Amino acid sequence: MSVIVLVEHTEGNIKKKSLEAVQYAAGIAQKTGTTVSAVVLGTLADSEMENLGQYGAQKVLHVADARLDELHARAYTSALIAAAQKEGSKIIIALHDINGRAVAPRLSAKLKAGLVAGALSYPDLDKGFVIKKAVFSGKAFAFVNITSDVKVITLMPNTFQLNKGEGKATIEKLDVNFGDKDFGVKVKEVNLIKGEIPLADAQLVVSGGRGMKGPENWGLIEDLAKELGAGTACSRPVADAHWRPHHEHVGQTGGTVRPNLYIAVGISGAIQHLAGVNGSKTIVVINKDPEAPFFKAANYGVVGDALEILPRLTEAVKNFKQNHK
Amino acid sequence: MKILVCISQVPDTSTKIVLKDNNTAINNQGVTFVINPYDEWYALVRALELKEAGIASDIHLVTVGKADTEPVIRKALALGGDEAIRIDADSHDPYETANYIAEYAKTVGYDLILCGKESIDYNNGAVGAMLAELLDTDYIGFASDIQIEGNTATVKREIEGGEETDTCSLPVVIACQKGVAEARIPNMRGIMAARTRPLKVVTPGTVGSVTEILSYELPPAKAGIKMVSADNMDELVELLHAEAKVI
Ligand SMILES: Cc1cc2nc3c(=O)[nH]c(=O)nc-3n(C[C@H](O)[C@H](O)[C@H](O)COP(=O)(O)OP(=O)(O)OC[C@H]3O[C@@H](n4cnc5c(N)ncnc54)[C@H](O)[C@@H]3O)c2cc1C
Repeated sequence: MSVIVLVEHTEGNIKKKSLEAVQYAAGIAQKTGTTVSAVVLGTLADSEMENLGQYGAQKVLHVADARLDELHARAYTSALIAAAQKEGSKIIIALHDINGRAVAPRLSAKLKAGLVAGALSYPDLDKGFVIKKAVFSGKAFAFVNITSDVKVITLMPNTFQLNKGEGKATIEKLDVNFGDKDFGVKVKEVNLIKGEIPLADAQLVVSGGRGMKGPENWGLIEDLAKELGAGTACSRPVADAHWRPHHEHVGQTGGTVRPNLYIAVGISGAIQHLAGVNGSKTIVVINKDPEAPFFKAANYGVVGDALEILPRLTEAVKNFKQNHK
Repeated sequence: MKILVCISQVPDTSTKIVLKDNNTAINNQGVTFVINPYDEWYALVRALELKEAGIASDIHLVTVGKADTEPVIRKALALGGDEAIRIDADSHDPYETANYIAEYAKTVGYDLILCGKESIDYNNGAVGAMLAELLDTDYIGFASDIQIEGNTATVKREIEGGEETDTCSLPVVIACQKGVAEARIPNMRGIMAARTRPLKVVTPGTVGSVTEILSYELPPAKAGIKMVSADNMDELVELLHAEAKVI
């Protein structure tokens, strides 16, 4: 009996959000009186895997098949099922991200297991196995009880603060008999957007709307983002007008971000835009209209012309960094 | 080639969520229901494009819901498609929904199943991948481009920090997002034609749910916004550092 958690890694390093997932698994293991077995798929150094002990994993089950360096949802599902069988596990955790969202529902369907997608809390065991998650694009929360014997959870990244402890996980190799179907999807081409911080993972985001007036002014957004080490985003009309690439569009019909800081510049704050950003911890709004709805959702507000304020803010960040070296 | 498009009914995006019955339910009074935007703008329209290009022969639309979901599935039919199926069940979670759709899909045999990346009510984004598991097919999520040639789908999908192009054989389940299709609105002809297109009602087997929602909560009101003068950006930076602790 242990809690199984899928760990993601890139370029030889475990992703920070996977450390969060391991820590979350450890919290559940503690509540349920079990241990944590982290599942690492693909190529990764033992030294890196051992570190999962610092976040509460006792054991790492390593499926060292290089084909798993890319997402193969069916193979990942097979590997997690093999791991769960080996450990006699009833609780399986992945992240609420692109990979986890391809794998966890498959596990749920296969194991007849209830799924909470996008968990925001530890399970409350007094009432069953009740987990909080956002619904209606952040306009409400639901408390979902998993009633099946086996339980699958995807954890919303950036929900819990990481606490690094002591400990070293032991590593066990796990052999899985994959079938041809497990690798049915072939990767033909990978295009990484270079020189930018991936939006879904960004801790800080600077975002521009139609109030930026035109693509020629985006240098102001980029300057501030660069100074902060932030990713850049935009509202839908901005992407529709091709001022910015489509992957930057956030909201109901675009991407979702949950950074620690979201700076919205010249964005009205329509409910469809908020749907993609209202999980942000701190929101700063810069808008010339004091009645802009976004001010109701923000923690800090500045009323004024974005094109004048942005260079000042960038300058202030620069000064701040000078003084806090 | 037969395509099945999954349609879910959701409250209009601008709906204000109001709770009732001691916070155990959502008050639907006065709420307008629409086709889930990802299902409509991306999955359904791409299916129509594939038919117009002569690649698809039949497009079926499916929804899981009681009779009150008929207006929405009819609206979807007005955009196009040959037949709509309503699986007559009051489903409680994606597991139940996916099982009902899979059960039906097996009786027809679809080459391509398209759904939206998630529905904007419960934001699970789970039905597509569950369907793939139940139908023993591949699944590609977060698709932004879908091309079909013979028995092969070539799909661009989002990955962390970029985009990947994948290929796989049909049948496959694909969850769609922005980029997959060109926006369109139903025309009068479509609306008239939809009236004569069949809406089939199917009684599902018993699956049962594996989760239950015990209660809801509304987010707390923001503690109040702090306004900073446009002339004092040093103060804003200081607040973000010392108070919000984000920089
Ligand atoms: C079903 C549906 C889905 C949608 N999905 C999305 C989505 O995913 N994402 C999204 O963003 N939108 C989405 N929308 C659109 C959304 O409703 C708004 O239309 C959109 O967010 C508005 O973008 P905006 O704030 O950039 O532009 P506007 O509404 O034009 O607002 C511009 C703002 O900039 C301010 N401004 C103007 N000039 C300046 C200046 N010089 N300095 C400072 N401020 C200035 C104005 O006061 C105004 O508040 C969706 C709509 C629908 C119906």
